[in-house]
Amino acid sequence: MVLDNSNQTAEQTNHQAPVMEVHNISKRFPGVVALDDVSLEFYPGEVHAVVGENGAGKSTLMKIMAGAYVPDSGDMVLQGEKVSFYHPKQAQEKGISIIYQEFNLLPERTVANNIFLARESSKLGTLDIRKMNKQAQEVLKELGVEKMISPTALVSSLSVAEQQLVEIAKAISFNAKVLIMDEPTAALTYTEVDMLNDLVGRLKQKGMAVIFISHRLREVFDLAEKITVLKDGKHIKTVKKMEVTPADVVFLMVGRTLDHYFPPLGAPEEFGEVVLSVKNASNQILSDISFELRKGEVLGVAGLQGSGRTELAQSLFGVVPFKSGSMELYGKAIAIKSPTSAIKNKLGFVTEDRKSEGIAPRQSIRDNMLLTVRAVQSLFGLIFKDGIRDSRKLVPMLGEQVDIRTDSFDREAQYLSGGNQQKVVLAKWLASEAHVFIFDEPTRGIDVESKAGIHDMIRALTKKGIAVLMISSELPEIVGMSDRILVMADRRVAGELPAKSTEQEIMLMATGHTDHVISELADSVGKE
Amino acid sequence: MTSTTVSDNWFRRTTRSVHIPTIYVFLIATFLISGLLDQFFSDGQILSNPAIMLNIIVRSVALGIVAVGQTMVIIGASIDLSVAYTISITAVMSSYIMQGDTAKVPIAIPAVLGIGVLIGLANGLTITKLKVNPFIATLGISLIIKGIINATFSNYTGSVPKSFEFFGYGTLGPIPVSIIILLLVYIAGWFLLARTKFGSHLYAVGGNSEVARLSGVRTDRVLIGAHVLCSMTAVISGFFLVSLMRSGAPWVGPNGLYDLESIATTVIGGTALSGGKGGVWGTLAGVLIFGILDTTFNQLGVNPYLKMVLRGAIIVLAVASYTIRSKKEAA
Amino acid sequence: MTASTVPAPGRLSNTLQNTWGWIKKIPPVYPVFIIIFLILGFLNPVKYQSMNGIMTFLRTASPLAVLAIGEMFVLAIGGFDLTVGAIVTFVVLVSSKLLANDPANALPAIMIMLGFGVLIGLVNGLVVSYLKVPSFITTLGMMLLVRGGALYYVGGAPQGYLTDNWRAFGRNYIENVPIFGRVPYALIIIIVIAIFSYILFNRTNFGKQILAVGDNVLASQLSGVRVRLVRVITFILCSVFAIIGGIMIGGYGGVNVTIGEGLEMQAIAACVVGGVLLGGGKGSVPNVIFGAFTLQAIVNLLNILGLPKPYTDVVQGLIIIGAVAYVGLTSQKKQ
Repeated sequence: MVLDNSNQTAEQTNHQAPVMEVHNISKRFPGVVALDDVSLEFYPGEVHAVVGENGAGKSTLMKIMAGAYVPDSGDMVLQGEKVSFYHPKQAQEKGISIIYQEFNLLPERTVANNIFLARESSKLGTLDIRKMNKQAQEVLKELGVEKMISPTALVSSLSVAEQQLVEIAKAISFNAKVLIMDEPTAALTYTEVDMLNDLVGRLKQKGMAVIFISHRLREVFDLAEKITVLKDGKHIKTVKKMEVTPADVVFLMVGRTLDHYFPPLGAPEEFGEVVLSVKNASNQILSDISFELRKGEVLGVAGLQGSGRTELAQSLFGVVPFKSGSMELYGKAIAIKSPTSAIKNKLGFVTEDRKSEGIAPRQSIRDNMLLTVRAVQSLFGLIFKDGIRDSRKLVPMLGEQVDIRTDSFDREAQYLSGGNQQKVVLAKWLASEAHVFIFDEPTRGIDVESKAGIHDMIRALTKKGIAVLMISSELPEIVGMSDRILVMADRRVAGELPAKSTEQEIMLMATGHTDHVISELADSVGKE
Repeated sequence: MTSTTVSDNWFRRTTRSVHIPTIYVFLIATFLISGLLDQFFSDGQILSNPAIMLNIIVRSVALGIVAVGQTMVIIGASIDLSVAYTISITAVMSSYIMQGDTAKVPIAIPAVLGIGVLIGLANGLTITKLKVNPFIATLGISLIIKGIINATFSNYTGSVPKSFEFFGYGTLGPIPVSIIILLLVYIAGWFLLARTKFGSHLYAVGGNSEVARLSGVRTDRVLIGAHVLCSMTAVISGFFLVSLMRSGAPWVGPNGLYDLESIATTVIGGTALSGGKGGVWGTLAGVLIFGILDTTFNQLGVNPYLKMVLRGAIIVLAVASYTIRSKKEAA
Repeated sequence: MTASTVPAPGRLSNTLQNTWGWIKKIPPVYPVFIIIFLILGFLNPVKYQSMNGIMTFLRTASPLAVLAIGEMFVLAIGGFDLTVGAIVTFVVLVSSKLLANDPANALPAIMIMLGFGVLIGLVNGLVVSYLKVPSFITTLGMMLLVRGGALYYVGGAPQGYLTDNWRAFGRNYIENVPIFGRVPYALIIIIVIAIFSYILFNRTNFGKQILAVGDNVLASQLSGVRVRLVRVITFILCSVFAIIGGIMIGGYGGVNVTIGEGLEMQAIAACVVGGVLLGGGKGSVPNVIFGAFTLQAIVNLLNILGLPKPYTDVVQGLIIIGAVAYVGLTSQKKQ
């Protein structure tokens, strides 16, 4: 096939031919068109970000390029040669490697075993372990991390960032020409993200085409040269970073400008009495936790990964109960030893992972909403078919409150969209009449538009007099939503900041003011 | 720090540096405690008579061989509850085909191995292609085998020739042939798991099947292979048992609790029931522990029904000693 | 989804569509049972087309239904209970000695048995919940304990016989009932148990929590469900129901060392046929009862066809695998 370069006139800085092109790719799944006639080009030595809301088709496109899905129609051209893949392995052999959002390593195997999984070197049917270790060492050296990671180390003994590096090592060990990364930074801390950025820079210099998907627009603008926006399976536009602002990209993604990312903060005069107060509480993970939470306010909890953010929620909620110190609800001492007692004390916990922690997928929406109430009522108490002992009207009422869109509350929760599932989880805690809502990463992995909806919902709760503790790893969210900010570091409370503190102030407190970190931080802040 | 933590660390470091799984310490402890019990309450043969040590190992052969297969499928995050009846069908079919005639041994062995392959294929295909939970699939296959042998044979059937008894009773020099075969099976199991692509892929399938698939491992094939190998080990165990008993009966497998005990010895040997981790040497220690306990019960003259009770309790507690640390809720 | 919103061309076809939708919702166990029972009636009209014959059938099928309902509670919460068959053996063997051939001992013996049921279930539940041993290993181990304990107690062979009043629950009928002729005690027992279980499963907080735990342990725990308590109670229910089933089976089966053998698999098979999801989260009392009836009808059918008894094992194995594979493969298609 002769390469057609005629549509490349816009590409003036880059005289090279694209390493990979996709033409008119379409893919449908039962009930949805995931990709509709998408054509894109990727150039060597270029970092190309693909953005879009959830369901825009980003992951589907990447999976097609990596051979995990077969497109319904359309062509792929790799270095001028038409290719089609029926298995990820074929794509890898042609030099297209993908790093998925979830980790794809075997924790109980060595680094070398992981890198060369399904490509083990062997002689006479026997594994050549020495050779594999040596080759792994070479790949790690190529990344410049051979001193950090040993080929014989078990993956489970590595940190999250190191595991990410092993993933990249695995990906480039295929002599990758195209490296696809699906949300590579979702699990990383800020310093680790910097390290990843360096690495991407080096891969770029080697002439690799790097494609990545991200929800964090800041990273997109830090890393990418080109940004492609997908929406509802269609290619909206591919732009150069230099020519656009983040606001432009958001406009392309959602089809309208989001003039307010966050609802207005609460007015201090609206904050009422102290609902929950914790003094010097400690357990095997956290130590010396003290804070107060007032009626109608959002207390944001920020901190680096491993600072004890999520553990704070789990401790408050009795999953890993506090062993010492005191907790008071409306000035009355309480002891929370289990989630059950947390619910009885009017706490609610909207967990980070809806799928595994929030929803019982095969049960009806109704039964999901009522679970918290039923759990604290007497075990063998009789209930109505469509309600609890005291009420059959509760479910429709809750449904209205969270504005859930469904034809029947008897529908199994698994058939709801992600956003509606989140509403069911909220309804569950409204049903238990919680006065304190703990949110753990309320918007992680959720697209821009739904994010705004969830933020509005959180604000609506505080308007009703509910106190909210909101844990988030996304600083813009913390800054945009919090009436006060609690900063965690080293598994204790590092301090408290007022509303509208800057991201830098939060980071300074979260990193503990060491000179080294400050200078490092100054660098990264300077980039913005 | 107290001295116990220091010695603990020292102990762990030493065992790790020479790759001795902790289970071997338990093995020695079990042996010493059993020996002492025997010393005080019986004739003290366990500690004084080397022949009885050999006997412990011979008693462990049948369980030991099938446990290698069980270890493989469990590493692949599967399980095989059909091994007991696979052993039974091997025992009855081989003595039925041989009918005491040496000339028929070369027919019987491949024929019965063929049955083993079929059972392994049935298990593997049901799990991978029909997507039936391995526990239910192998239990179902087990019921089917049970029905077939009970409908066909009701008692001891045929016999094996003298030549075939060599497996059960023969010796090479001072060492029983059965022990040599046991060791060969373990070495083969170790080699397959640690030194071949198959082994590497099996760990991957057990650790995370989706990761393995995306990396290009043919997951179904690997798992089916593990199940075929597992059924083959059950067949070898069956050969050994029938050569000891000289004639096969349908109840040899289930009465020997080979399904449950092979799983228990695998788990206490350090292979996780969730898959992806473990190996055969730990399983061997687990098997020997069960052999020692069995011998001790015999030495002490424990009532056979009480022995059943004790075995049940020991199996559950042995598995519990590993599962109790897990943070996940069991079901 | 989107396909169903396509407007139907006419009213008739619309009605047909609605009817078809309604028919599709009928659990397959009912038509299967009716078909098998019709075949039985065709092959042996005397036995299966008379009220008397149906009552006899219900007498034999009810004990399995009791076992299956007990098993359903454990399956619905995501576990397995393989102690059921051993418990039946235990009931029969231990009772044979406890009764000492004296009818006056029947009531105390039954009480003691129910006490053992609670104890066995409690231990199963505690081991699974607190020692975190997977339930199939726990209950297989418990199977050895219960069977070994019973055999140890009676010394390897049944001691004496079961008194007639003890056996009445499984064997006797209430005579001269209008319309039905004679009604077996077993039918009354299964009706009482069915109503009790239905209310427990569908109309109490406990029942809803069983399903929630079976569906998603973590979410249930974080919603305040006392997972371990709920799980222990389901194991106790299963064991107690196995005791009751054992008394019924002993009633018509008599004393026999192998009487309970394989019943745990029959109970699981009945549940699977009744649409219970292995792994937890779905179950239905009436469907499971008809699952048990269907299984019994299949066993009777094999008898009529002259297949040797061990082949029921083969058929059960095929049913279990087939039903689980069917559910797995169809739900996979939906996604």
